[in-house]
Amino acid sequence: MTRDEANKGVGPGESVSSGESVSSGESRSPGRRSAAQAALGSGSSPERTGRPELAASDVHMAGRLAGISAALRPGEVTAICGPNGAGKSTLLQCLAGLLEPDSGEVLLDGAPIRSLHPRERARAIGYLPQDGEIAWDLSVRNLVALGRLPHGDGGGVQVAGALAALDLESFASRPVSTLSGGERARALLARVLAGEPRWILADEPLAALDLGHQLALIAHLKQAARDGAGVVLVLHDLALAINHADRVLVLDQGRLAADDAPEIALDPGLIGRVWGVPARWLGEPGERALVAG
Amino acid sequence: MTRANLLLLLALAVAVPLSLLAGRVWLDPWATPNAAVILGELRLPRALLAVAIGGGLGAAGAAMQGYLRNPLADPGLFGIAPGAALGAVLSLLLGLASGWWLPLFALAGAAGAMGLLALIAGRAGGIALFTLAGMMIASLAGALTSLAISLAPNAFATSEIVVWLMGALTDRGWPDVALAAPPTLAGIALLRLAGRGLDALTLGEVAARSLGVSPARLQALVVAGVGLTVGSGVAVAGVIGFVGLMVPHLVRPLTDRRPSSLIVPSALAGALLVLLADCVCRILPLATELRLGIALSLLGAPFFLHLLLKMRREVA
Repeated sequence: MTRDEANKGVGPGESVSSGESVSSGESRSPGRRSAAQAALGSGSSPERTGRPELAASDVHMAGRLAGISAALRPGEVTAICGPNGAGKSTLLQCLAGLLEPDSGEVLLDGAPIRSLHPRERARAIGYLPQDGEIAWDLSVRNLVALGRLPHGDGGGVQVAGALAALDLESFASRPVSTLSGGERARALLARVLAGEPRWILADEPLAALDLGHQLALIAHLKQAARDGAGVVLVLHDLALAINHADRVLVLDQGRLAADDAPEIALDPGLIGRVWGVPARWLGEPGERALVAG
Repeated sequence: MTRANLLLLLALAVAVPLSLLAGRVWLDPWATPNAAVILGELRLPRALLAVAIGGGLGAAGAAMQGYLRNPLADPGLFGIAPGAALGAVLSLLLGLASGWWLPLFALAGAAGAMGLLALIAGRAGGIALFTLAGMMIASLAGALTSLAISLAPNAFATSEIVVWLMGALTDRGWPDVALAAPPTLAGIALLRLAGRGLDALTLGEVAARSLGVSPARLQALVVAGVGLTVGSGVAVAGVIGFVGLMVPHLVRPLTDRRPSSLIVPSALAGALLVLLADCVCRILPLATELRLGIALSLLGAPFFLHLLLKMRREVA
């Protein structure tokens, strides 16, 4: 089915150490909670007295993830990279609360994500799937308004704001079937932004886009992070990850091979080990290009 | 109220009184003898029944297409209508067709199909498995119906079953209205509740869950809504096909194409279609009255073909 399932050989038992060995010394273990920071999250209820973060704690999924621990921070763009079948999409869906790990936990602001009501979770975490399905030929405005479903309102202001943020105002009344691929991707991202989530989790949002649209869309995502959202992207294109992410997680066969600043995490040696291809970076940090093979 | 709803409501408001006058013998309320009896006891309940059944089928079709994200989906797909038909055929076979027995058997058949669906599909609320379960139940109920027909004790019983299966509104009265209308209205209300979840499904199953939609709750609403509308329709009128497929198609261009915006106009348009089709059945000068189910299938098959050809052009 999914390419993640191609990877059956991972023994969950061997994995715990690999998850911990790369936790990059950030002292953000999900166990530690700071009541002071809880106020940063929107509706902070008494049981959610954690720091504002989205954390995986020793997450296992049979055959897909083998002990992933990572704490993600708001205001940052985090890229999840790895070869096909490494478990990137699975990890993203676990972080979004859409897949329940076999063991381990995902914590939102210190509270287990499965303890949240689905609508509360949906208000906090916006998820952009890879397939970009739009079953019915809605207008762009109605498509974007779907992002307001967890809030139970039409969200006129937020929808208008999201349309404006992605330069879609002139398209608002057009049926989505008349959009180009790039416009469609922008409309789908606007749908997520309209919900004003604190976390934006996107699976390969740039995969089907040409160069110009890729750069435009990633600029929008970086802007969302500057505005305070946590942005987590599954990215195939390592150059996009190294140039635009604040932090990169590299997955290899369901394990965390690196979790660090992009220049460190995507070290050519590590790329060689994980992807099995000799590689080197050209250019300066922020303007890197990858030569592989 | 949207423009589509207003238009359809107006059309219904005109069509219902006119339908009361239509028949092999056109009725003049002031001249025809016994006009009050014919109107009050025969034609008014029949018209209301057509409205209820058509409304239920239209709403169920709209919800099914939204739920399966497929414009070719039909309420029959879940096996609920075949289940209800099987129940009704069993009551005919057992000679229990009098009074409330047949509709009760039909409702029990619909409930049985719904229960089986829920059992097989489980709690996860996945749509693919659910659809396959529905198709399995539909073909099983169809096979059992054929078995029941072949077991009929005599030719009269066989023809009674076969004729009933064709679907009709002939000789229905107020008890049938009382039986069909309340569950149909309740079913349409449930399907409206499902509207937001159906809207979210536009983006696919995973995205719908990420928007806070509970797949199990949505599935339960759709099954209960389709079960109530379609089950009660089959219980009083037999199998009436194609309404649930055609109506959402005809209505969709009048709406903003969100599944939730389609449910009420589809109910109104379904009511209108069945009412008009029933009038045509009454008016046509045939030796015996054309069965409503046959009339709608005769209308539906070319419509389906037209849809397929249109899709083929779009693919090409």
